[in-house]
Amino acid sequence: MDAGKKNKTDMRQMVKTLGQVLTFMLKNYKFSFLVVVLCIVGAAMATLRGTLFMQSLIDDYIVPLTQAKEPDFTELKEALFALAVSYGIGTLCAYAYNRIMVNISQGTMRNLRIQLFSHMESLPIGYFDTHAHGDIMSVYTNDVDTLRQLISQSIPQVINSLVTILISFASMVILDIPLTLITAAMVSVMILAASKIGGKSAVYFARQQKALGQVNGYIEEMMEGQKVVKVFCREEKSLEQFRCLNEELRDSAEKANTFSNITMPVNANLGNISYVLCAVVGAVLALHGYAGLTLGTLVSFLTLNKNSTQPVSQISQQTNSIVMAMAGARRIFDLMSEKTEEDNGYVELVNARENADGSLTETKERTGVWAWKHPHKAEGTVTYTKLKGDIVFDDVDFGYNEDKMILRHIKLYAKPGQKIAFVGSTGAGKTTITNLINRFYDIADGKIRFDGININKIKKSDLRRSLGMVLQDAHLFTGTVMENIRYGRLEATDEQCMAAAKLANADEFIRRLPDGYDTVLTGDGANLSQGQKQLLTIARAAVADPPVLILDEATSSIDTRTEGLVQEGMDRLMKGRTTFVIAHRLSTVKNSDCIMVLEQGEIVERGTHDQLIEKKGRYYQLYTGNSIGA
Amino acid sequence: MIRTLLKQVKGYKKDAFLAPLFTALEVLMEVMIPFVTASIIDKGIESGNIDQVYLYGGIMLIMALFSLIFGILAGKYAARASSGFACNLRDGMYENIQSFSFSNIDKYSTAGLVTRMTTDVTNVQNASQMILRIAVRAPLMLVCSMVMCFFISVRLSSIFLTAIVVLAAALIFIMAKTTKIFAQVFQKYDDLNASVQENVSAVRVVKAFVREDYENARFAKAAEMLFRLFVKAEGILALNNPVMMLVVYGCIIALSWFGAVFVVAGSLTTGELTSMFSYVMSVLMSLMMFSMVFVMITMSAASGRRIAQVLEEKADLRNPEKPEGNMEDGRIDFNHVSFSYKHGSGERTLSDIDLHINSGETIGIIGRTGSGKSTLVSLISRLYDADEGSVLVGGKDVRTYDMELLREKVAVVLQKNVLFSGTILDNLRWGKEDASEEECREVCRQASADEFIENFPEKYNTWIEQGGSNVSGGQKQRLCIARALLKKPKILILDDSTSAVDTATDAKIREAFAKKIPGTTKLIIAQRISSVQDADRILVMENGRINGFDTHENLLRQNEIYREICQAQMKGGGDFDQTDDTGKERT
Repeated sequence: MDAGKKNKTDMRQMVKTLGQVLTFMLKNYKFSFLVVVLCIVGAAMATLRGTLFMQSLIDDYIVPLTQAKEPDFTELKEALFALAVSYGIGTLCAYAYNRIMVNISQGTMRNLRIQLFSHMESLPIGYFDTHAHGDIMSVYTNDVDTLRQLISQSIPQVINSLVTILISFASMVILDIPLTLITAAMVSVMILAASKIGGKSAVYFARQQKALGQVNGYIEEMMEGQKVVKVFCREEKSLEQFRCLNEELRDSAEKANTFSNITMPVNANLGNISYVLCAVVGAVLALHGYAGLTLGTLVSFLTLNKNSTQPVSQISQQTNSIVMAMAGARRIFDLMSEKTEEDNGYVELVNARENADGSLTETKERTGVWAWKHPHKAEGTVTYTKLKGDIVFDDVDFGYNEDKMILRHIKLYAKPGQKIAFVGSTGAGKTTITNLINRFYDIADGKIRFDGININKIKKSDLRRSLGMVLQDAHLFTGTVMENIRYGRLEATDEQCMAAAKLANADEFIRRLPDGYDTVLTGDGANLSQGQKQLLTIARAAVADPPVLILDEATSSIDTRTEGLVQEGMDRLMKGRTTFVIAHRLSTVKNSDCIMVLEQGEIVERGTHDQLIEKKGRYYQLYTGNSIGA
Repeated sequence: MIRTLLKQVKGYKKDAFLAPLFTALEVLMEVMIPFVTASIIDKGIESGNIDQVYLYGGIMLIMALFSLIFGILAGKYAARASSGFACNLRDGMYENIQSFSFSNIDKYSTAGLVTRMTTDVTNVQNASQMILRIAVRAPLMLVCSMVMCFFISVRLSSIFLTAIVVLAAALIFIMAKTTKIFAQVFQKYDDLNASVQENVSAVRVVKAFVREDYENARFAKAAEMLFRLFVKAEGILALNNPVMMLVVYGCIIALSWFGAVFVVAGSLTTGELTSMFSYVMSVLMSLMMFSMVFVMITMSAASGRRIAQVLEEKADLRNPEKPEGNMEDGRIDFNHVSFSYKHGSGERTLSDIDLHINSGETIGIIGRTGSGKSTLVSLISRLYDADEGSVLVGGKDVRTYDMELLREKVAVVLQKNVLFSGTILDNLRWGKEDASEEECREVCRQASADEFIENFPEKYNTWIEQGGSNVSGGQKQRLCIARALLKKPKILILDDSTSAVDTATDAKIREAFAKKIPGTTKLIIAQRISSVQDADRILVMENGRINGFDTHENLLRQNEIYREICQAQMKGGGDFDQTDDTGKERT
């Protein structure tokens, strides 16, 4: 009972998803799709006409010709010519629908990919934190692939089969009703058998998919750690476990494939039985002269009977791929219905020119002076505030979920041009604080003000444009070195990019690359060392020339010389900007205007280096911890 | 390649033989059934003989029953053979990978191996099942039908011989045209997915620079390009179906015309003509099946090649014939050792290393990235073999030891280390399978891991996620050290294994080593001077050569590189806080 109910909801869900897929497809291709359906009908009619002609060829043309004294072939010629024309039209129709379907399916795939991607780009950071990257990727690869198969193969095939069935049945009804009923009964038996087998097969296919997932996960984990396996001589153990999973996969694959393999013979032979039944019943009826059935009609009817059972097995063959595609489609639409990042900000960042009296005028070109454009709805006025880089946290609380606060009562201020360093152990909340300034996450309580404006009122894109970020993990994109630097400011000239590279100390190594600034980077800069990647990310931030900087100093092991270069580049970048830095280096910390010591989400100490050393608190501990043996 | 793959059929030979056999029987039934249907019409219905209808109807029912049985058996054996084959392929690959040496492993990426064992195997499995069922069906049908046709009328048969030639030419043309474009398509497709991957992993950069629209435009352009290529390739492929129809229709019309002429002339009967029609259809159907098999094979050939590559890869390190069963002590000697990752390329990673380390010594190793530190230590546990010279452990060449014994006694904590899904205890017991909980605790205390483990709610039974993603970098490193300690090795090698551990803890771990395992030779690779400066001797590596090997004080006086590194770190380049994590601070 419960299983039945579950099946029903599954079924409903599947129909709903199928509806979504079709709606998405038809949105842009209504007309094309209509043409496709018409062409399929045309092609099917031509085939049917041919089949029926075969029947009359012998009776109506050849037999009279053999009996005629002087055979006259003109009639046959005309008939064949007419047939050729209808075949010609049929072939054209077939080409047309095949060709148009390519555009529809590929076009739909393109639209789907683009929409999926742009939706993904608008999702909040939290989504990427809570979903495995592999799972997101699999939506683009596996799920979109199965959907492509559905649209380009299953849908036209099913339509084609349905049209053939309908046309055959219509012709059958015209020929003889009792025999049609027999055929219909047999077809329903076939459908029943197909759905029974299909259901079994679907169960095992699901099991196979699950087993495949497990094998996949196991291989991934073990291959990633293969060197560790070797070092610990665990080869045997690892193989043993793999064999268990592999056997499970084999077993489910065998059962799934067995069921899908027997669909065809079962249906084909049910079709044969249907043929025999009709032949026997038809013969009895015709010989006794019931219901006006003639032998000629019976022969034609039997041909139709054969024609109508074939598409039924074709449809049943497609059900499996439809079921599998629906699971994928569901994941696609799930991703597309994820809630996007909210943005209710209305304060914009604009280029401005400073007038003699200190007031600001908005301009189009880049002046180096920025202003916050603040429209006041109530009064209908607009005020401009100069962007200075003054940031205030007013009693901020934050948690990734509501019942567990990560940060509590954070109060801090940064005057324009000041350098604020965050220190503290892992999990203290250093990175989290910086992620609140650019609104990767929204705070639970309190206020953050930027030049006196609540950051919730600032448009997210403008807020982020005013903040430069150098992250700990140096991510680069496929493209040339120049393109990667220009990522910071798309309209920057080559000279500006090179100047930024010089400032970041990256120029020297870039010039030594095979193609200099035109060297193409792939796979997240796989051909560069960690230190070089960091230099490039600094250059990228430098070209953006933001008034406020957020730096996350890298901790990964870079050799001392490169580290010196990175350090120098960062120092130059920080000059004259309000900077928040998650510090790992002593020199960075010492040069800060204010050091915040974080402990379990709270600021436990604040002050300059000297003040904190004097205090002999947590900072002192960290500092002297470092000096063990130094 | 085919031979390598076929070897893996192994225990499923019987099934692989039975599947085509039953398919053949099924085809036989299928070829015969039209005969019976023709008889029902000719002898029964058209002549109005109800008994004949019953008779042939009965025969047909029995044949349908047999056909059904054969079909089911063929399907079952084909499924069994192909899924068994796939299982063996995966098993064969996995087993062979277990025998790989480090340099074998370096050749493949994890993702590459995973795809080979999943997607590629699935492709081959589907293709093999298809081949098992169709490889018999298509030729059998073709031959039977052709023979019957020629039997009926040689002249009429020439019609569809022409048709076959035309169809084959068209199919080959289509295939040749599209395979080239498809190769391009898949390349572009990979690129597109790579860019998605980039955007997923670098989402913070994209958002920080407000580049969502820029990325969208880039992606849309790439998707459009892919669309064009796909349409180009599949547009040609769309000819497949109409060409087939055209040929079939042409045959039917030609047959009708010439058939009529022959019948009227008396050289053919009407019954023969009807049979011709059905045979022509089956000939063309089998041709279509051939083309399908052909597509299947070309598509899975690439997968097959990739699988065969792994299966044929030979491990390049072998156990000696008569291995040494015992290791005396933790002495290490390098006698003029040279090594290159690409043998014979002249790019030496290590050149002329001559180095002698006493048992129980603590050695620090320092040097730039790429100077050969990791390579040097990996020769000790024979992860690679030296090209020239010899590496001796306990006074004997590493190549004379049983590899398992060698790796048991020489514990390496790799730079790129991983934990596996399982509890902390499970992970620790990799070092020693039957270790008691107390033993585990003891090594964790030595590695300064005990403290944080006790803070976990489930303590030593805490579940570690795949790759150790739920513990911080520093915690992971300490667990890996503990795991290695559990082996009670004679030589312990730490390859930059405390880089994410704060300096205070780092010092505590070294202190524990000195106290608890004084007899073990310890090699410590590090970036931080503080990690190596109190070692007995420090090895300075530069460009694959030994630049200096002495105590901290002496090196500071005599070695320029060492001095430079020290100065750079003293003036504040060193780490400050507990640099434990990699950006994500969520728990």
